[in-house]
Amino acid sequence: MSFVYEKLFGDKKGLIGFCILAALILVVFPVMLDSFRLNLVGKYLTYAFAAVSLVLLWGYGGTLSLGQGIFFGIGGYAMAMFLKLEASSPENTAIQSTPGIPDFMDWNQITELPTFWIPFHSFTLTLIAILVVPTIFAYIIGAAMFKRRVGGVYFAIITQVISVILTVLIVGQQGLTGGINGITDLRTLNGWDITSDSAKNLFYFINCFLLLAVIIASRFILTSKFGRLLLAMRDKEDRVRFSGYDVANFKIFIFCFAAMISAIGGAMFTLQVGFMSPSFVGIVPSIEMVIFAAIGGRMSLIGAVYGTLLINFGKTAFSESFPELWLFLMGGLFIAVVMFFPNGLAGLWEDYGHHITKRFGFINKFFDKSENTADSVELEGSNS
Amino acid sequence: MNMSTNTDFTLAIEDLTVSFDGFKAVDSLNFYLDRNELHVVIGPNGAGKTTVLDLICGKTKSTSGSIKFLNKELTNLSEHEIVRAGVGRKFQTPSIYENLSVMENLEISYPKGRGVFGSLMFKHDAVVRDKIMEVAKQIMLEKSLHTEAGLLSHGQKQWLEIGMLLIQDPQLLMLDEPVAGMSVKEREQTAELLNKISAGRSVLVIEHDMEFVARIAHKVTVLHQGKILAAGEMKDVQKDPKVIEVYLGH
Repeated sequence: MSFVYEKLFGDKKGLIGFCILAALILVVFPVMLDSFRLNLVGKYLTYAFAAVSLVLLWGYGGTLSLGQGIFFGIGGYAMAMFLKLEASSPENTAIQSTPGIPDFMDWNQITELPTFWIPFHSFTLTLIAILVVPTIFAYIIGAAMFKRRVGGVYFAIITQVISVILTVLIVGQQGLTGGINGITDLRTLNGWDITSDSAKNLFYFINCFLLLAVIIASRFILTSKFGRLLLAMRDKEDRVRFSGYDVANFKIFIFCFAAMISAIGGAMFTLQVGFMSPSFVGIVPSIEMVIFAAIGGRMSLIGAVYGTLLINFGKTAFSESFPELWLFLMGGLFIAVVMFFPNGLAGLWEDYGHHITKRFGFINKFFDKSENTADSVELEGSNS
Repeated sequence: MNMSTNTDFTLAIEDLTVSFDGFKAVDSLNFYLDRNELHVVIGPNGAGKTTVLDLICGKTKSTSGSIKFLNKELTNLSEHEIVRAGVGRKFQTPSIYENLSVMENLEISYPKGRGVFGSLMFKHDAVVRDKIMEVAKQIMLEKSLHTEAGLLSHGQKQWLEIGMLLIQDPQLLMLDEPVAGMSVKEREQTAELLNKISAGRSVLVIEHDMEFVARIAHKVTVLHQGKILAAGEMKDVQKDPKVIEVYLGH
């Protein structure tokens, strides 16, 4: 039915790909890696939320956002604000001149908790804020741009500028936000120590399940008529408009959804890493997220996860030995992917994967009790 | 104010003017289109033919004047609202979704699930399938439903775009050069198709191929420099000395 889907996921193939990814992150990594490394992978996987959001927004929607760090940051900061308030109970902060407020506020001569911090006393309100605030923010940006038919490179530049503004704002308002250091020294969640290995393991699995859920939700969107409309808009926006669709609304929706996903990733980042700072909001992380999606394959939800993992493993490995070379390597990799493999890892798998699967074809035969072997041969022929 | 008078016409354009930096591409145009009428607009390049279609479908905003479709003023509606009111428009170069199959092209054009959430919940049920089949047969693509649209021949692409309009069942169908780049046989088939689909609706066609125009047109309007030079039946228009001078006689 659907060409792009048959190529990228297909019904059965997509399911297999999804199961392999689930097995890898839920079984293989936890078994093979020690607690420290697993926590590191967990951190990488939080970036994968943003990479998946870019597959929707950029790969399918054709709208490149260079500001997914904004939403990743909002989600992360919302979670950090809750944890910070819990860590700043009057007993813990008795030595401050104003006990009961976060330490950085006290250092900045703030004597009362700012109003916008108050809702973050409640965990429920915090969870709501993580989902709703970035969505509303994206709606405002999206409505302002897409209703005026701003798109393409202008959209990319404006999102990037917003991410810079937000970074400057956070750094500048040290008393309200923790400034350049971010919000640090987070200890407990509802009284439960989040720095322990058991907590980190649990967060890792929650993170994995959320990521898999996000992939399923995204795939639901892409396989619906909405998904085909995204492709149609990327191809011939005017034709969609003159078929009776309000194109801007579709773009706003996918931008809001992408923002919400990224924010979930940000919140999970704070939980697993234990702090949040403006260095995860600005230009560099936002562009890195685009690179993750590009290298994984911007048309593949699952590819984006692999892209994120690969680049981050590389980053960790290389920056331990050649820290100054890493950025050049990543830049070079990005250029190479864009120039030679525009569909990234997923595209490479599409082009060359069948050589590998053919070699392991005998495995299929063990499982294939089928009477319709002839059919499948025929299908193979007709596909090529 | 004659702008507010209601008429029996499907389309009533009155005093329509659009100027681009002082250049009047369409100059106080008056034009009426009846139900069941297949009307062809001809004229030399730059006469303002495509601009008129752009104005009707909302792609270009008029400087002054009125466009009434079934007595509904279109000049202040946005593009998608005009489509939903029942105006379909085919572009000059085939404007289809090359990466999607013929069926998906038609499905996207199907007039249900046009909102964000409607499209998420849209079900490709038997009603939709039947309608797609019906249209595919009309446009002679029923055997190519699963072909990627980019692989169709140029003529088939033109038909597909016509089909994408037909599936919305518009009251006014506007076609910008529907037989450009078609073979002789495809032109004949298209003429037949247009004669068939003009029943029950109004069709406005821009075309250069005079032989083709003669085959399909109920009425012809000749545009020149944004104004109507002549209008009426094809045989009368062809004899008009003014028309021969600016358009036909070369």
